[in-house]
Amino acid sequence: MKAKVIITLKNGVLDPQGKAIEGALAGLGFTGVDNVRQGKFIELDVDAASADDARTRVEDMCEKLLSNTVIENYRVEVE
Amino acid sequence: MKAAVIVFPGINRENDMVRALESGAGASVTTVWHTETSLPAGVDLVAIPGGFSYGDYLRCGAIAGRSPVMTAIVDHASRGGMVLGVCNGFQILTEAGLLPGALMRNAGLKFVCRQVRLSVENHTTFFSRSLKKGDVVSCPVAHHDGNYFADADTLRQLEGEGQVVFRYAEGTNPNGAINDIAGIVNASGNVIGMMPHPENMIEPLHGKIDCRPMFEGLAAA
Repeated sequence: MKAKVIITLKNGVLDPQGKAIEGALAGLGFTGVDNVRQGKFIELDVDAASADDARTRVEDMCEKLLSNTVIENYRVEVE
Repeated sequence: MKAAVIVFPGINRENDMVRALESGAGASVTTVWHTETSLPAGVDLVAIPGGFSYGDYLRCGAIAGRSPVMTAIVDHASRGGMVLGVCNGFQILTEAGLLPGALMRNAGLKFVCRQVRLSVENHTTFFSRSLKKGDVVSCPVAHHDGNYFADADTLRQLEGEGQVVFRYAEGTNPNGAINDIAGIVNASGNVIGMMPHPENMIEPLHGKIDCRPMFEGLAAA
């Protein structure tokens, strides 16, 4: 089963890379762009009996390794 | 004093740390590879040196923080044993949950390699007791992810309980760290993490010996 994990910085945590991207976009003439936040995308295949089972296992992985919950949020999508 | 210096793949300051512990603290030092599941018998201090463990993949210190030897280090810390993490070692200790907060990308986005001034905020820890509160010492930094962050509750505790050991002196914060925090100690006082490299400011060849007292203070431990 394919699972996708999207990891983003929590609100209130400064994202200097997002800010730099925002500045570069403005430099290219893209106007009306705000709150650029950079995150991570992780894709993995998991052996699981059901989508729920897969989600539970991947969420456990997020808590223990894939994300740092001090500064990051994660979202799991199972296909 | 017996010390163990932990070596992960990608760590590159282990020899500096061994030398500082030997010459500054007079310690008998063993290096321990990350796949070990126990520490040498009778170790007083575990030092995790700087570098780029596992290529900083995923997050700095994330993979090292969950490697086999960490279980032994967590046990050592829970028995009250001293643990010192420098630079990547600090990142590893936060990732392993031995210290609160997280180290994020430098606010200026650049890798910084320069000298900063450190103000001693807590002079009662095992690594700052040969200094005085308010002392300001020179110390090099070399990192890309030293921007210390902690949520408001954690920060309140760190500040309220004297857990900030070193702060970047005014005007020298190289990375945007919250409250200019350069180094902290855990609540029980036996685990210290800091971004600057005191092991590289202890001999005349380093230019200054400002950080030598930190290692000399360890000798009494």
